[in-house]
Amino acid sequence: MDLYEHQGKDLFAQHGIALPERGVATSPEEAADAAERLGGHVAVKVQVQAGGRGKGGGVALVHSPQEAADAARRMFDEGFKGTTVTRVLVERLVDIAAQFYAAISLDRSAGTYLAMVSNAGGVDIEEVARTEPSAIRRLHVDAMLGLREYHARRLSGHLPAEARAGAAELLRSMYEVLTSADATLVEVNPFVLLTDGTVMALDAKVTIDDNALFRQPDVAALRDSFPIDPIEKRAKDAGLQYVKLDGEVGIIGNGAGLVMSTLDLVAQAGANAANFLDVGGGASAEVMATSLEVILSDPDVKSVLINIFGGITRGDLVAEGILGALSRVSPEVPIVVRLDGTNAEEGRRLLAEANHPGVVPAGTMLEAASRAAELAHGGS
Amino acid sequence: MAILVDEGTKLVVAGITGSEGTFHALRNRAYGTQVVAGVTPGKRGQDVDGIPVFDTVADAVEQTEANASLIFVPARFAAEAIYEAADANLGLIVSITEGIPVRDMAQVNAYLRGRGTVLVGPNCPGLISPGRCNVGIIPGEICSPGRVGLVSRSGTLTYQIVHELTQRGIGQSTCVGMGGDPVHGIGFIGTLERFEADPETDLVVMIGEIGGADEEEAAAFIRDHVSKPVVAYIAGFTAPPGKRMGHAGAIITGSSGTAQAKTEALEAAGVRVGRTPTEVAELAQAALS
Repeated sequence: MDLYEHQGKDLFAQHGIALPERGVATSPEEAADAAERLGGHVAVKVQVQAGGRGKGGGVALVHSPQEAADAARRMFDEGFKGTTVTRVLVERLVDIAAQFYAAISLDRSAGTYLAMVSNAGGVDIEEVARTEPSAIRRLHVDAMLGLREYHARRLSGHLPAEARAGAAELLRSMYEVLTSADATLVEVNPFVLLTDGTVMALDAKVTIDDNALFRQPDVAALRDSFPIDPIEKRAKDAGLQYVKLDGEVGIIGNGAGLVMSTLDLVAQAGANAANFLDVGGGASAEVMATSLEVILSDPDVKSVLINIFGGITRGDLVAEGILGALSRVSPEVPIVVRLDGTNAEEGRRLLAEANHPGVVPAGTMLEAASRAAELAHGGS
Repeated sequence: MAILVDEGTKLVVAGITGSEGTFHALRNRAYGTQVVAGVTPGKRGQDVDGIPVFDTVADAVEQTEANASLIFVPARFAAEAIYEAADANLGLIVSITEGIPVRDMAQVNAYLRGRGTVLVGPNCPGLISPGRCNVGIIPGEICSPGRVGLVSRSGTLTYQIVHELTQRGIGQSTCVGMGGDPVHGIGFIGTLERFEADPETDLVVMIGEIGGADEEEAAAFIRDHVSKPVVAYIAGFTAPPGKRMGHAGAIITGSSGTAQAKTEALEAAGVRVGRTPTEVAELAQAALS
């Protein structure tokens, strides 16, 4: 879960990280009020779960409350890269002497965290990594030991002398944020040395590990602040992994790998998936029925492909779920069903006995994919 | 031979009194696995269909000489169960549990480093040496004994490909489900290393998916250290681009993590990559004949 910058900054503030004075605004009027309170010279920053705001017109530097209101109005009206904007962050401008970059991120390959500090910040950091790798110091953190004072000193050792102590302190606080909030990424681009010698974070990008939300009630409560598609919301509430896509074949499967493979096979058969939907392991008849209802509520869907290879999931329960859903909704699109694995024969028998006109059985995954693609394009 | 699990594996099941733990412990035993003990705190002295239950893994090891652990406990207690098994010096720990926080796994990894314990998973279906030993939830009936080693990041996709192999009469030495979590135990490289050394494995099938750089790293390892033929499948050519972990993610992996990039890396290392699960089985068949 990616937090908005202002939410990340609230976490930063709890751990003593120096930040510009700021306020969140949900209307142009509130933006003007915040700018007034902060002295008029402010940055207005769009709050979205995406990067590239600086280049993409998501940050405006303004010099009066009226200008702040105008900038905020433009952001609310235009959105940002296709996302609705519901809030902006208004921040007092500061006197910057130098800009740097710091991040602590999960490094999957190493199975632990990687801390990085660049002496060039406020710019495209990937470009820095390519063209000037020596600008970036990196260090893997032993998750049992934590990020110690000497690590922070080493990481900030290539910065100007007057920024080193503050940067080291910032790094240790960032690691505290990471561990205390169960983040997989804490990134600050840029953090700055001010003309008065203060080291301050101007940005906050925090990604929270979804698996840890059960022990992070305060962070989990932020979920409601993010926009979500109504079909996705329904799926999520039912505990399904669902992602809306652009195609016309609705897909239901068990296990992320099998579902991704099903998407690929449908594409190879000349059609496109309308969604990714993973019912997970051990899906009950009820879960299957809800999944089918979710897929059928998408008007783009022209055919449905259900691809289940049962391990913990039982084919008979899958069949019951499909038939249960069909007794509640009358689909106008054909449903191709491929069942294998645990109790698949029983499942296939149940479907054959019900002999529902909308259900098309398929013997293999390849056959199922090509049938679903054909049917989506008006074949019979 | 086979790798990691065989007739000598003596299993202790953590969380054996839970519904999943009971179901799969008995299923593994029915397959022929020596399931010698279970652990559920506070339930010592009980048994699950004759399998004795202990309060701690150490007690179970003392009484039964268990040498491997299979973990079914809920995510919030799973790291604790892994530490406990490692502390009891078990050589193999298999964690089926999904949803373990990343921070817990990063700490587990740090703790296991240098201890000589192999962790499989978490969030995986376990592993099976067909005809000999099944540890986890892979349906034994879709597998058959033979000489193909298989390693996979995905559970049900493993079943699909094993099924296709079995249907063509191609048996397996060992099938390892390494799991799909970002921080996990044994990966492609550790498994490939063991298959390369296993005289009963002639060919390896590896099943990857988008995200991370496991497949790219495996490709480099195969080029330098694997003489046996390798056939691969990568899922996710048309999947929505995974969430990038800020800018930091791309810097770390130095790779896009796409199915295309993974396929190219593997092919450059001489690995044949199938476009469908069916084609993977066909490529394996052709390579063996």
